[in-house]
Amino acid sequence: MLSEIAFYGALETGLIYGLVAFGIYISFRVLDFPDLTVDGSFPLGAAVAAVLIMGGWNPWLATGMAIIAGMAAGAVTALLNVKLKILNLLASILTMIALYSVNLRIMGRPNVALLGEETVLTPWYELGLKFHQVPVLLFMVVAVVVLVLLWRFMKSETGLAMRATGANPRMARAQGIATGSMIVLGVALSNGLVGLAGALFAQSQGAADVTMGVGVIVIGLASLIGGEAVLTPSTVVRALIACIIGAIVYRLAIAFALNADALGLKAQDLNLITAVLVTLAIVLPGVRTKIAHRLTRKQA
Amino acid sequence: MAKKFLCSLIGASLLAAATLAQAEEPRVVAITQIVEHPALDAAYEGVKDELAERGYREGENLKVMHESAQGNSAIASQIARKFVGESPDVIVAIATPSAQTVAAAARNIPVVFSAVTDPVSAKLVQSWEKPGANITGVSDMLPIDKHLDMIQRAMPDVQTIGTVYNPGEANAAALVELLEEKLTERGLKLEKGAATKTSEVLGAARSLVGKVDAIYLTTDNTVISAAEAVVSVGERADIPVFAADTATVERGAVAAMGFNYYKHGRQTGAMVARILEGADTATTPVEIMEELDLYVNPAAAERMGITLPEDLIKDATKVVKND
Repeated sequence: MLSEIAFYGALETGLIYGLVAFGIYISFRVLDFPDLTVDGSFPLGAAVAAVLIMGGWNPWLATGMAIIAGMAAGAVTALLNVKLKILNLLASILTMIALYSVNLRIMGRPNVALLGEETVLTPWYELGLKFHQVPVLLFMVVAVVVLVLLWRFMKSETGLAMRATGANPRMARAQGIATGSMIVLGVALSNGLVGLAGALFAQSQGAADVTMGVGVIVIGLASLIGGEAVLTPSTVVRALIACIIGAIVYRLAIAFALNADALGLKAQDLNLITAVLVTLAIVLPGVRTKIAHRLTRKQA
Repeated sequence: MAKKFLCSLIGASLLAAATLAQAEEPRVVAITQIVEHPALDAAYEGVKDELAERGYREGENLKVMHESAQGNSAIASQIARKFVGESPDVIVAIATPSAQTVAAAARNIPVVFSAVTDPVSAKLVQSWEKPGANITGVSDMLPIDKHLDMIQRAMPDVQTIGTVYNPGEANAAALVELLEEKLTERGLKLEKGAATKTSEVLGAARSLVGKVDAIYLTTDNTVISAAEAVVSVGERADIPVFAADTATVERGAVAAMGFNYYKHGRQTGAMVARILEGADTATTPVEIMEELDLYVNPAAAERMGITLPEDLIKDATKVVKND
């Protein structure tokens, strides 16, 4: 029912959005900082990477610059919040809006095409894999590397300080943690990851487009929450794996929805399906614990 | 040896079954569209209607798959993968982002794009004349040549044409560059007046007085929102004002040739039908709009000091008669 190409396409997009989910995990879960900057930093990463690749840069260097650009965007949001005391949600909306103009300036036009250019994917096509398998392999490697780095970071002293900042800022400050710096670092890191996702997406899709960021935050959240529903995030590493799984499950759900002609579902219905999925994902874990409670009570 | 024989036997029977099936099975056209939008929806309807007129009836000998990405590029990408996975006879991609995602996913399936302005800079084709691979289509680029024909029909002695444009608008700047090129080919001259915001349009139009025989406005958003300012200068200084979009004729311009996206879709559908009948995308040139709507405003022409030739008025799709 699902063709091989559609399946690999879902994996590919899912792995990219897994990076977005990592970023949203850091801002929403670790720091408790609802950050909408990502709708702007995703196309920002795409724009920076695309323009630099067109300018003859090495695609990996261009991707690296996209991460730095994303981090800068995140830092702006965090500084608006920490230094100017603007409400975190509002600060991120301001940066997101501003980034639309910035992205247009960077690209000079609404769409920069990368079809046929040398990208990070180009050398991998020589491995002899099928055309649609190559991006999946490369993005899987990237996702695993990022996952391991993030996991180690979260266990480091700085990482622990960041988690303390999100969990209980007053307590953290009492322990001598510079919570402001932690928020700036965390939100920057989060948007750096989203910038990376944008850069990779532009390279696999053949273009950076100024409208690419629409709904990134909702899809990222859906992936994060969906993953948490599948895999209870009791530890950092489980939470990170949940991000990836959630993103892939979400993309597979969309691929099935696109194929579910028999059910009468169409792409037009996807936004509704997303909302239902997120709602279910939020509600189901509660139901599960309730059932578990009842069972244990019965046994007792 | 026996195994090999069995394999080839199965292969041959499969092949036979496939050819048999092909004769009866409907042709499949998959249409992907980046977002629901009146112009793009009209293009989609146009494609279907044209295919029907050419004997490809949905539900009989044609299967149409249609998906909209609702403006979301990740979904556009998944729609492209889904379509490629089902290997239809032709994929139709409406608007640039959809066309690019399909181009990134489809290697061998013929793709026909619609409502793409500049397929060369979008890297969809190698050149307008020779697309070179599995992608070609119909562009909604302004048919400037046809517009210049129209101006020369109305004013055979025209020497210098003026235009007002916003150099900050990338599309507008590109169009003016193209306009200059086309005018030089015809041995005509271009005078430019720059306006970076609507309040500067009047001044820019005035700067053209005494230097130009006619004014031609492209689809520059800044200038078109203040088109009345250009019209008033034209009326006072007897300089006929022509436009690229028909709506400006109702606002006082002499004439314009525009197109609607339904007809754009019809032209795309005609190309799809040719591809279904075996035409090669690599050698099918990218088309721009053929069938245009000519709007004329004879009263406005009189106010700007010219009388439109009868045959031009007769060819018009619509003769605007306002005060």
